[in-house]
Amino acid sequence: MKRIYVDEKWCLGCHLCEYYCAFANSGKDDMAKALKNVKINPRIQIEEKDGISFAVSCRHCEEPLCVKGCITGALSVVDGVIQIDSDKCVGCYTCVLSCPYGAIMPSESDDGVVQKCELCLKNSHGKPACVEGCPNRAIIYEEKE
Amino acid sequence: MAINFLYPEYEVIRDKDKCIGCRVCERQCANEVHSYDEDSGCMVSDNAKCVCCHRCVALCPTGALKIVKTNHTFRENANWTGEHICEIYRQAGTGGVLLSSMGNPKNYPIYWDKMLINASQVTNPSIDPLREPMETRVFLGAKPEKVEFNSKGEIKNNLTPQLKLDIPIMFSAMSYGSISYNAHESLARAAEELGTYYNTGEGGLHKDFYKYGPHTIVQVASGRFGVHKDYLNAGAAIEIKMGQGAKPGIGGHLPGIKVGDDISKTRMIPKGSDAISPAPHHDIYSIEDLRQLVYSLKEASDYKKPVIVKIAAVHNVAAIASGIARGGADIIAIDGYRGGTGAAPTTIRDNVGIPIELALASVDQRLREEGIRNRVSIVVGGSIRSSSDIVKAIALGADAVYIGTSALMALGCHLCRSCQHGKCNWGIATQREDLVRRLNPDIGYKRLVNLLTAWNHEIKEMMGGMGINSIEALRGNRLMLRGIGLTEVELNILGIKHAGQ
Amino acid sequence: MSKYVIIGNSTGAIGCVEGIRSVDKSGEITLIASEPHHTYSRPLISYLLCGKTDEQRMKYRSDSFYKDNKVRKMLGKTVVSVDNNAKKVLLADGKEVPYEKLMIATGSVPFVPPMDGLDKVKKRFSFMTLDDAHKLEKAITPQSKVLIVGAGLIGLKCAEGINDKVKSITVVDLADRILPSILDYEGSAVVRRHIESKGVKFYLSDSVKTFEKNKAALVSGAEIDFDILVLAVGVRPCVTLISDIGGKVNRGIVTDDKCRTSLKDIYAAGDCTESHDVSSNTNKVMALLPNAYMQGETAGINMAGGNAHYDNAIPMNAIGFFGLHIITAGTYEGESYTSTADGNYKKLFYKSNRLKGYIMIGDIKRAGIYTSLIKKRTPLCSIDFELIKEKPQLMAFSRKARKEFLAK
Repeated sequence: MKRIYVDEKWCLGCHLCEYYCAFANSGKDDMAKALKNVKINPRIQIEEKDGISFAVSCRHCEEPLCVKGCITGALSVVDGVIQIDSDKCVGCYTCVLSCPYGAIMPSESDDGVVQKCELCLKNSHGKPACVEGCPNRAIIYEEKE
Repeated sequence: MAINFLYPEYEVIRDKDKCIGCRVCERQCANEVHSYDEDSGCMVSDNAKCVCCHRCVALCPTGALKIVKTNHTFRENANWTGEHICEIYRQAGTGGVLLSSMGNPKNYPIYWDKMLINASQVTNPSIDPLREPMETRVFLGAKPEKVEFNSKGEIKNNLTPQLKLDIPIMFSAMSYGSISYNAHESLARAAEELGTYYNTGEGGLHKDFYKYGPHTIVQVASGRFGVHKDYLNAGAAIEIKMGQGAKPGIGGHLPGIKVGDDISKTRMIPKGSDAISPAPHHDIYSIEDLRQLVYSLKEASDYKKPVIVKIAAVHNVAAIASGIARGGADIIAIDGYRGGTGAAPTTIRDNVGIPIELALASVDQRLREEGIRNRVSIVVGGSIRSSSDIVKAIALGADAVYIGTSALMALGCHLCRSCQHGKCNWGIATQREDLVRRLNPDIGYKRLVNLLTAWNHEIKEMMGGMGINSIEALRGNRLMLRGIGLTEVELNILGIKHAGQ
Repeated sequence: MSKYVIIGNSTGAIGCVEGIRSVDKSGEITLIASEPHHTYSRPLISYLLCGKTDEQRMKYRSDSFYKDNKVRKMLGKTVVSVDNNAKKVLLADGKEVPYEKLMIATGSVPFVPPMDGLDKVKKRFSFMTLDDAHKLEKAITPQSKVLIVGAGLIGLKCAEGINDKVKSITVVDLADRILPSILDYEGSAVVRRHIESKGVKFYLSDSVKTFEKNKAALVSGAEIDFDILVLAVGVRPCVTLISDIGGKVNRGIVTDDKCRTSLKDIYAAGDCTESHDVSSNTNKVMALLPNAYMQGETAGINMAGGNAHYDNAIPMNAIGFFGLHIITAGTYEGESYTSTADGNYKKLFYKSNRLKGYIMIGDIKRAGIYTSLIKKRTPLCSIDFELIKEKPQLMAFSRKARKEFLAK
């Protein structure tokens, strides 16, 4: 299946992926409206140090420890995409405990349900906004063997 | 503190309603124009540092930025322009030579824009390039005087080495050092895909790029940087650089700060040392000396590679070209005064040399008159901006063109003309690792391929309109051009009639 | 004859169904369980009490799960014995169900130690099942004074679940700290202070000497008035189906890394089993939901003829009390590194070039990166340990490892 791959060689640490992610998942149609005076909590996050930077988001593992460990059944795999049913999630963070990449995280919501990259399939963007927003093709969305 | 005589040339205009404080402008500006003010929670800018390269504008996700020229003014004066005044202030402050980069930006005539292309009507009908074959392939190199046969009546191959170009456009010399590794990789890969050539400049050939050798022209310049036997044999042709349009009569200088590990190896000079190319080749003081170098290089490459001699377009360019043709060069490259550079004294860049259009016309004319036009191909560069410039150049007599500035623009260059600072925000004219990374050759090479593919389509359209289906038939076909708003002298030099004639 | 018989209907059993179906799309599965309910998530019963979920949402799998997976369910039926020679199970109602492959996912039951006067207490509850939760919910009133015996995960989750609905809660535990199975002393104190701030009272290093109807006398001499008692001292794996027929049982049913018991064609998963903890290199009961799923799934794949191993189990817990989150994993041995920045608590345990265990309280972001180090037994010399000590991050790994993680 198509996945997001990150090549740190080309990552500029510009953080645009984070903002495009936050916008795509904001439910709003204007970026300035969506993100003005907002501290974003994107589903893709940049790590950076000493000139090295790279984005980390859900790998949609074939053996997803988060899904297998989920105590409520809120996480599931739908056509290879790991999705979260935030209605079922109670914010126990067993998935946070399980994810080897640190790619699933508490959301900003009051009940602390988790959020994760769902490849923008569930938001209005429809395809990964981080990939489209990356100016240097450091994040790509493609089929690999 | 000393008085600051210099006022910011540009102003960063930020739409506060649109700015979301993502700080991408701050992270992406190597000139450190933008910063985040914790107290006000707003982005602020230091206009004095802005070079107007548009990196921030292009990456701002909400379109909150634009750069405008300041309307701050000196008292109006047609003679003492603001530019003159500021340059005097700058030099009075530093005592130094003013440096600039890229091509001459002054308001001299642009002859490309004063020539118009013909099209067929009724007789000699036009050709539709989408339906009929249209040839833009060019072979560069000396063409034999006559067809010769052996005793069996077969044609003798008396052809000297040729460069085969699928499109009549090559990437002109830009050294690794003046531009980045990723810019070079982009050019090399594009040349390979397009079936044309890029040029090492005088920076040597990085070991990673030997694989692009069949699409590489290796240059030998006055500094002889990176020149060795393998290098000479790695490329498809060897170019001797006698001059450069942006700075005729001037050598080059790559500051030691840009001479890192890789460049030091490629140029074969110590890390951190300034790479100074002398103004002349110290072994060339005559056409005879040049001929010696031409033949030394042919000898070194077993007479398998055409040798190009590149000169700047200067006053007596026609006589010089004649000498070069007689000196044994296979190709003459002429670089006009609008040609780009990574750094040159401003006063040289803006005041020395002549327009490429006039130089080309006079060289082609002179070589024809002397009956030696077939001995050399002519390649021209120095501000080829579009496919129509190319068609006009070929109609004036060029075999092909070199593009540098246009290629860099395809890679993202915004002509801020600050290459000499080494902080190119687009990852082109810089060796700073974090900046070089900004140019992903996967993207860059594709943009180059796109540009040249588009131009080639347009060239075919224009040729078809003229009823010409082979670029060979356009070369030197000055009847296809008419001048507009030109004087008798200009028309004479260009060898064209005025529109309406 | 049913090809697969599964005893149990919780995580291990569901994992088993999904494991089987990943290999065998059609072989008949019969699932037998004493509880009559659709599969639900046991840890959610406390969330149910405080209103954070409801019975529909706490279903562990969708309503159509059994149908979608072609599972014949026999809910409300109790298996009393297994005849491993005749390969059938016997139900309490006398029926027999033959099997080819059998899964024991019987879980555990509350363990109630003998306590003086316990039978005098009328309103006495345990807190394991949905029914337990319903009974407790019915019993409590805003005037209730609740005594919880046991300051472990179950007791404290119960306290959180009902805290807003009762007058007072007192927790008694013999251990010197709360959550002794997952927290060290300092970490425990952090959590205890937080829970105390919500009004819960603790009596630690103490235990009930005698119960009266509404009063408990503690060993320390303290006396506690209560009207509702919750017993959350511990649990005992349900192993009798296996032990009765001579299968190997220690504290739990002994299983190997393919989740087989010592008896042919009988597998086991979940809280009733004992498995190998790679962090301490010992066998133990790891009554944890993710563990149960992985065991069940592994067993299911093997039962259906596939080949799966589950060989990197470690103890691990993610739990929260009144908004304070705790994540722990592994074994607390070797040297340690403690950080208490910004009101959070973090402790890493490492030994012989390996991360052995960790505790994170408050800031639990990206904890799984630590978990993975323990499970994979990553040599610490192969990463930037100083960097990863600060916070879990992929930057601490080599460029090559990162490429493996993110670009492949």
